[in-house]
Amino acid sequence: MENETIPRDRILEMRGITKRFPGVIALDDVNLAVERGEIHAICGENGAGKSTLMNVLSGVYPHGTYEGEIVYDGKPVEFRGIRDSERVGIVIIHQELALSPYLSIAENIFLGNEQRTGVVIDWNATNVKAAELLRRIGLNERPETRIADIGVGKQQLVEIAKALSREVRLLILDEPTAALNDEDSAHLLSLLKELREQGITSIIISHKLNELLSVADTITVVRDGHTIETLDNHGTEPVTDERLIRGMVGRPMDHRFPEHTPNIGEEVLRVEEWTVHHPIDQTRKVVDNASITVRRGEIVGLAGLMGAGRTEFAMSLFGRSYGVNVSGHVYKDGQEIHLPSVGAAIEHGIAYATEDRKRYGLNLIDTVQRNISAAALRKLSRRGVVDANAETNIAERYRRELAIKTPTVAALAGKLSGGNQQKVVLSKWIYAEPDVLILDEPTRGIDVGAKYEIYVIIQRLADMGKGVVFISSELPELIGTCDRIYTFSQGRVTGEVAKADATQELLMTYMTMDKDVTVR
Amino acid sequence: MTTTVAGVGVGVRDLVTRNVRQSGIFVAFIAIVALFSVLNSDFLSPGNLTNIVLQYSYVLILATGMLMVIVLGQIDLSVGSVVALTGAVAAEVVIKGHAPWYVGVLSALVVGFLVGCWQGFWVASVGIPGFIVTLAGMLLFRGLTYIVLNNISLSPFNGTYYGIANGFLNGLFGGYGIDTFTVVIFAIAVVGYAVSQWRTRRGRIAYQQVVESMPLFVAKIVVVAAVVMWFGSQLARSRGLPIVLILLAVLIIAYSIVMQKSVFGRHIYAIGGNLNAAQLSGVKVRKVTFWTFVNMGVLASVAGVVFSARTNGAQPGAGNMFELDAIAACFIGGASTTGGVGRVTGAMVGGLIMAVLANGMQLMGVGQAVQQVVKGIVLLLAVAFDIWNRRRAEATR
Repeated sequence: MENETIPRDRILEMRGITKRFPGVIALDDVNLAVERGEIHAICGENGAGKSTLMNVLSGVYPHGTYEGEIVYDGKPVEFRGIRDSERVGIVIIHQELALSPYLSIAENIFLGNEQRTGVVIDWNATNVKAAELLRRIGLNERPETRIADIGVGKQQLVEIAKALSREVRLLILDEPTAALNDEDSAHLLSLLKELREQGITSIIISHKLNELLSVADTITVVRDGHTIETLDNHGTEPVTDERLIRGMVGRPMDHRFPEHTPNIGEEVLRVEEWTVHHPIDQTRKVVDNASITVRRGEIVGLAGLMGAGRTEFAMSLFGRSYGVNVSGHVYKDGQEIHLPSVGAAIEHGIAYATEDRKRYGLNLIDTVQRNISAAALRKLSRRGVVDANAETNIAERYRRELAIKTPTVAALAGKLSGGNQQKVVLSKWIYAEPDVLILDEPTRGIDVGAKYEIYVIIQRLADMGKGVVFISSELPELIGTCDRIYTFSQGRVTGEVAKADATQELLMTYMTMDKDVTVR
Repeated sequence: MTTTVAGVGVGVRDLVTRNVRQSGIFVAFIAIVALFSVLNSDFLSPGNLTNIVLQYSYVLILATGMLMVIVLGQIDLSVGSVVALTGAVAAEVVIKGHAPWYVGVLSALVVGFLVGCWQGFWVASVGIPGFIVTLAGMLLFRGLTYIVLNNISLSPFNGTYYGIANGFLNGLFGGYGIDTFTVVIFAIAVVGYAVSQWRTRRGRIAYQQVVESMPLFVAKIVVVAAVVMWFGSQLARSRGLPIVLILLAVLIIAYSIVMQKSVFGRHIYAIGGNLNAAQLSGVKVRKVTFWTFVNMGVLASVAGVVFSARTNGAQPGAGNMFELDAIAACFIGGASTTGGVGRVTGAMVGGLIMAVLANGMQLMGVGQAVQQVVKGIVLLLAVAFDIWNRRRAEATR
């Protein structure tokens, strides 16, 4: 990129940042330079290291737990915690908002920074100052309104007001628009531009490339823990989303996948015009008119970035376990079926293995054996009494077949490693003998060897004539194992790609295809 | 502990860690019994053992239902009031209405069932936490008791109803100073226990599962048989076999099976262990919650019948604080405060610890005030042990 010759004023420079977690290098010699008064975007795939980098910057990972140097305002800094970084004007706003729902807007803005005389809170000062800040960010609400009574978009703005009350100079937003509708997103982005005029520097992390291109002055691409490139959005050569995608995915296929020749049969599941609304913000469509088909023996991938609606699609399908105002049609073997409850879904031969095994998949304080039988206890019982011996036998069978590493099937599920816990979840659903198995991020958080074993299990299930829906955020994994891949973006199915045509670039193009965001 | 399969050292250690909650409580119980039998020679006398059974049976009945509620992740504070209400209804029917005893029992059970439906509805269908629903129930049913009894006590029942909690089965086979019938019943129970253990063992072997070594298995049976037979002979020396004990034994066996072997029991553990995972595994959470509360209501009415028969009347203030005894029994017996963990046998031992403590201290002439202090400390230590144990388990996770 062409650089201007006048010396530039850098508010932040991160040099040679390396952050290790047990067994993983999350950041490897990362460099980031942010000019004063610019909007600097960071983009990359899930797990590329964007959030880790921001956590290093804000002191969530204190000085000493990473290597490298941070220079802020011309001086090297060593933050021991968020308080240190906030003191010098760095504020990070996370994807999950940190507001207290039953306190007022004003109380939230000044939480931990109370306006007071002595030990008594000065409510007049609190509300007057809050009102001032709300005017500044263009939020038309009374300071006394409870946070729970305003939408997510407005809550996001309150977070920014809170940052402003702390004299923010470098504002970091992690996926600020992921949970917002179009209108709120546009408002937020234009607010960032206004703040830029007031001299506030912003770093914005987002998956929505069009958004980034419309607001950012500079864009840094992160991939696999490395900074790949920094692009000037106002340079002579315009930055395009193709350009960004190439940077985000341009890596060799470094995973190995088992060979597999599919034996694809009749259509087993068809979902048509599936629409789901957010359970709290009911005006927002989380899944928007999505249609997919799955055939017997086929592994169908669902690709999408965080918040694209894949999990919500799967969970709402699985007995309305998510969302409100769910509409659409489901056909099983050509017959329309209705799935009002999880029980009905299981009875119709549909299984869903969750992405969050600890919270939704397993009873960690119970045995491996009882977790495996949990979804199909009826098969093991006569007149309501469970045959514990037969149950142990079943558990032992899956322990052998799936190579679950556990001292005994009577061990508590919570004591197993992530990969083995995942195998327990898979066993549970395989034992339920479904025709369609929806696997949500089955390889998340498990090591490479165990991943390979999971792929083999998935292929074996397909060979048994089941339809497998494979949700994953790792594109190489989908390309390596799926026969067909649907891409989701903002709740809609934006593409359907056959195995032969699937490349990371193509998928990423569909995955980032969004409704045009117009900045007011 | 030894096993027939070599190289399962980790498994055995795991088994012991998992059972330390349960076995710890057994050891504590034996220690307390030993302590009191040394301090007071009357403690293990035939008369006193009979007394313990008669005096605390209703707490054990309540603890059975309470355990299920607690494993579900809920709590029931209303059982004391339900005991009073169902006892009052039975007294109205039998004493004032001159109805036969079984009509009284039946009407008490129906009231308990309706109470359970009422609370189950609010918890399961409306989604109000059990703590709140049953706190309201505690007031509500106590108030109804006063209304039913018109604020005065009713007594006496006499006859068969009185016999439910005070009667004995004896003399059927005669005997000299020792009731043969009681001994025979206990002998049958011991043989039944040995046979069922043997069959379980055969079943496990048939499925090629790990079992205890033969000497250990035999030793276990012999010890249990000796203790039970000794207890039976002590009862036989006194007044024979209490009817309440038969009722209690039937309930304990039935509910142990429900919790350990039935699909319903499994679903209770699943909900208490991880509500979301249970729901996503197709467990009908509302239905299970509803019926668990209905069951608690019915068991509270059984306790109500036993207690009113024992006191030979109904009082407006009956059953006060019973809920706390039942809850304490469950927690002392190793139930987890957050649900998902607990056994009927554990709750029974917990209840017996409370009973033995109270009885032993009474024999020693310890005042009510000190008794309460001791009970409070025991409860606190038991739960502290539970939390400490869980933290240790998590650390090794």
